[in-house]
Amino acid sequence: MLEIKNLHVKLEDEDKQILNGVDLTVEAGKVHAIMGPNGSGKSTLSYVLSGRDGYEVTEGSAELEGEDILEMEPEERAAAGMFLAFQYPVEIPGVGNMTFLRTAVNAQRKARGEEELSASDFLKIIRAKAKTLKIDADMLKRPVNVGFSGGEKKRNEILQMAMLEPKLCILDETDSGLDVDAMKLVAEGVNALRDEGRGFLVITHYQRLLDHIKPDVVHILANGRIVKTGGPELALEVENNGYAGILAEEA
Amino acid sequence: MALPEVKQSATEARLSALSLPESGCLKSAREAALSRVQTMGLPSRRDEYWKYTKPDTLVQASAPKAAVFDADEAPMFSAFERLNIVFVDGVFDAEASDDLSLEGVTIDRIEDICCKDIHWAKDLYGVLEARGQTPVERPLAALNTAFASDGVAIRVTGKVSKPINFTYVHSDENSDAILHHVIRVETGAEVTILENGPAASRFNKCMEIDVADGGKLHLVRAQGRDHERRAATHLFARLGNESVFKSFTLTVNGVLTRNEAVIELTGDDAVAHIAGACVGDGDFHHDDTVFITHDAVNCESRQVFKKVLRNGATGVFQGKILVKEGAQKTDGYQISQSLLLDEDSQFLAKPELEIYADDVACSHGSTSGAIDEEGLFYLRSRGVPHAEATDLMTLAFLAEAVDEIEDADIAADIVSRLEGWLARRR
Repeated sequence: MLEIKNLHVKLEDEDKQILNGVDLTVEAGKVHAIMGPNGSGKSTLSYVLSGRDGYEVTEGSAELEGEDILEMEPEERAAAGMFLAFQYPVEIPGVGNMTFLRTAVNAQRKARGEEELSASDFLKIIRAKAKTLKIDADMLKRPVNVGFSGGEKKRNEILQMAMLEPKLCILDETDSGLDVDAMKLVAEGVNALRDEGRGFLVITHYQRLLDHIKPDVVHILANGRIVKTGGPELALEVENNGYAGILAEEA
Repeated sequence: MALPEVKQSATEARLSALSLPESGCLKSAREAALSRVQTMGLPSRRDEYWKYTKPDTLVQASAPKAAVFDADEAPMFSAFERLNIVFVDGVFDAEASDDLSLEGVTIDRIEDICCKDIHWAKDLYGVLEARGQTPVERPLAALNTAFASDGVAIRVTGKVSKPINFTYVHSDENSDAILHHVIRVETGAEVTILENGPAASRFNKCMEIDVADGGKLHLVRAQGRDHERRAATHLFARLGNESVFKSFTLTVNGVLTRNEAVIELTGDDAVAHIAGACVGDGDFHHDDTVFITHDAVNCESRQVFKKVLRNGATGVFQGKILVKEGAQKTDGYQISQSLLLDEDSQFLAKPELEIYADDVACSHGSTSGAIDEEGLFYLRSRGVPHAEATDLMTLAFLAEAVDEIEDADIAADIVSRLEGWLARRR
């Protein structure tokens, strides 16, 4: 599904190398978790994959189902099946949440040569999906993320994911700013999307999200490289010994 | 005091191209206005109030030539029930207009004010304009009062069932129109007035509005897409107790537009909202100049102006809230913002507050900026193409102003024009 090879990334405006040769393969149907200390490059990896400005790939490649995504515009990546659930979802005053989602869904369908969803079909689908995420009609009408609580913003991200049905979902610290109940709700939303044809890359500091979204593979990212890969037990090791313990072991 | 020589000669040149219309009972009002013009002189670049907008082409003796725009959209506000009043190059067109009779309102041409002895209009014509000359002079409005060649007097006595729509057609590339409307909304009466079209190559329009206690007037205007047209408009409104006046202006294109609004809240608990959205590309200069005076207790005023500018377009905002002594519990709000789509465009803003009461809430803000890159990336990351995402963000920027329109159908018509403007620039 997603194949990252020897990815080196630096900041565009600064002479600062962030990723130093990341190798990572996420298979369809699998959940990979990436854990790592602050500043290890986790968020950079998610931004580079989704096409945010400000980063320069100096070496290596990233392919989604065999297609080089690094040369694509952000919207082309989205249409190809890439989705990033933002750590800090952006507030867009003046754009209704529903309008935003319908525009996005139909833009992707159009880009893929599929027929656009009619307004009534769209409504039916979004209402059903919003309900399972406990997103009420009012939240759908309000401007995108404006005045949403931390939990509401993250639920809104998952709703977008559910509507867009991407092939590869990257969750960037989706647990940050969530209380236990909200995390559970978000995790249920994610789990409902787990599917044989879909890959997940879950980026997190803490093991607790992985109690709810059970990963198949866990990677530890440090200093811009994956330093250790293992099963779910690796996340527990982080919880018990901290990153310092693991990094010392690897050094 | 004598006028500076340059101003004196410019004023004389303009006046020599005009002659006072024959109009019996308005004669004294017109002559008084003419003498105001002669005393003040017409605006020049040296005037503080015209610091950001060059008045030359608005003042010069004849109208600069302006090509007539071939519209490729359906006429505005045409999809809903309305009473349509048509002016072509500033001249009333009876054949193209609807029958002027409608329940709850009487409509007459200003030239009939005298023969029909319409007292209220006689008592309003030029009166609010004259009041509006202090503390800031507005000579083009006085020129209008003196020389207006047409216009209507509208008296609203009930809740009018459909909007009154002015269609201003521009058909002659040398036309120079001066229109003057007076509107009186009686106690408890309500009306919506729409205005649409460029009117002429050069358009000087003045509207005097007197809203009695509990009256409501909604005004929505669209100034036409003609690129080369010029307009100087004045809106004078006086608001009684618990009255409501809401105005929204859409400006799409136009080489020069100066819209002045002079609002006086003279009755307690009155509400005035003045909003505008403009989109300009290239040779476009748009100036909103607003002066709101709070002279009563517990009144609310809102000014919301949004400008989208590209390719060297210029936006100007001069907005003032004056709270007079004793105008306690005033709630004043003013926001002016520009979205600069490139580095060649500019926005000049002069927000002012002058407050002589001690128990008021007034806020003002002005910003200028580019499209929010974070928001743009967010939309694109969800698959919305760059151009479409930019348009969405632009419409979102304008939304606060458009939201000031109460009627959803009218607002939708305005939004569709904005969408069209953006789509033509993809």
